[in-house]
Amino acid sequence: MSLDQTEKIDSASIESDVLDIISKQAKVERTTLTRRTSLAELNVQSLDLVEIIFALEDKFDLEVPYNANDPRSAGVKFDNVGDVIDGIAKLLAERDARKPA
Amino acid sequence: MNRVVITGLGAVSALGLDVRAHSEALRAGRCAIGPLTTIATEGLVTKIGAEVPGFDPSIYFESGKLALLDRCAQFALVAAGDAVKGSGLAFREGLGSRTAVVIGAGVGGQSTLDESYYRVYAQGAKRLHPFTIPKLMISAAASHITMEHGITGPSFTVASACASANHAIGIAFHMVRSGVVDVAVTGGTEAAITFGTMKGWDALRVMAPDTCRPFSQDRKGMVLGEGAAIAVIESLERARSRGTEILGEIVGFGMSSDAGDIVLPSAEGAAAAMRACLADAKLVPEDVGYINAHGTGTAANDATETKAIHMVMGDHAKRLAVSSTKSMHGHALGAAGALELAATIIALREGFIPPTANFTAPDPQCDLDYVPNEARTQQIDVAMSNSFAFGGQNAVLALRR
Repeated sequence: MSLDQTEKIDSASIESDVLDIISKQAKVERTTLTRRTSLAELNVQSLDLVEIIFALEDKFDLEVPYNANDPRSAGVKFDNVGDVIDGIAKLLAERDARKPA
Repeated sequence: MNRVVITGLGAVSALGLDVRAHSEALRAGRCAIGPLTTIATEGLVTKIGAEVPGFDPSIYFESGKLALLDRCAQFALVAAGDAVKGSGLAFREGLGSRTAVVIGAGVGGQSTLDESYYRVYAQGAKRLHPFTIPKLMISAAASHITMEHGITGPSFTVASACASANHAIGIAFHMVRSGVVDVAVTGGTEAAITFGTMKGWDALRVMAPDTCRPFSQDRKGMVLGEGAAIAVIESLERARSRGTEILGEIVGFGMSSDAGDIVLPSAEGAAAAMRACLADAKLVPEDVGYINAHGTGTAANDATETKAIHMVMGDHAKRLAVSSTKSMHGHALGAAGALELAATIIALREGFIPPTANFTAPDPQCDLDYVPNEARTQQIDVAMSNSFAFGGQNAVLALRR
């Protein structure tokens, strides 16, 4: 499959999808979330985070190499909402770079 | 109340197919974790495990019988065969009705379940083999042990995830101690390394990609194992009267529930089970020389278990040895406590403490003596064996030489 600009997921839609997923999992209104909202203050526990990552992987058809024993191993931080948005964008860019043109 | 002793033991795991192989591997500190070979690993994040090496069921079972046996029942029957043979007991002449079979299992016939679902859902098979259900039921291994040895007393399976075997052995111990039965065949079995199960473990994000390093600073999680260990237990009086060799004594059993998180462990819950075990055994902390830890190698378990040991043992915590043999035979889930009972009995009998293999650097949150990498020659009189399951189901055994 050829990859053109229209197939690339733009950053606004990444942010929108990530906010959807986090607000649903954390059971908070989406409008209350900012990039600086920390997952800890949303009371996202370890299993909640694993569910968020599962939902992100499903939504973006992506592998997030996250190990709960070694959270930094994914090369993506999960401290606040902005980290998650940036991390997903980075992983998507890496994935697309690996795809044959 | 009877004193309860172990007079037969069998073990099958990544460390080998009998007790002698286990003894040699534990003494050598040999880690049996490696690339998975019994399943395809394409598409899995976790590609390592501790599989039983070179297990050829056709050596142990004729083909007609084998058709009824899932891998987990095969392991259990081989280990039970060794245990019964070692005990010198025969059950068909009356003793069978006074004997119990209590086996721990976490999931049961998982490869049978996986294969049959794949055939039905993926391949569109119109029918499954008629033995599918009797093979996959979690209680099958216990039933086959009764049939093989003519045991007609109580038999059942205990399931509490990773604590299944300790719960089974503990209940069997209490049954013999109270005189409900004269003899029990007890332990645990598991064979849950299937593609579907590994996908589930991958999703939980707790599996190590490299190896299992319990209590080590750079630990990255657990590694799945498989196998079975089975013991024959009976009253001390009975064992003495028939002059059989005594391998060790079970002196206490304690249980608790965290009533907390479905996956995260609780130090208070773990400590409560250890305290209950000491009380059941009428022991004080200073009596205990060695703890075979639950020691899964996850960040959460090892720090929490260390805290629980401090809570229960006080100043004595720093003076006793703690090791996780999961670093060598992997985490065999419902069989874990049974393999660790076997390791602990071997340690008490043979005068050495099995090490925590793959240990690289201490973690400030894990500050006990974990016997890193090399077995230690030391005569221990009393040991404990911890199992703390997902869902907060805790079971601890105490053993005496």
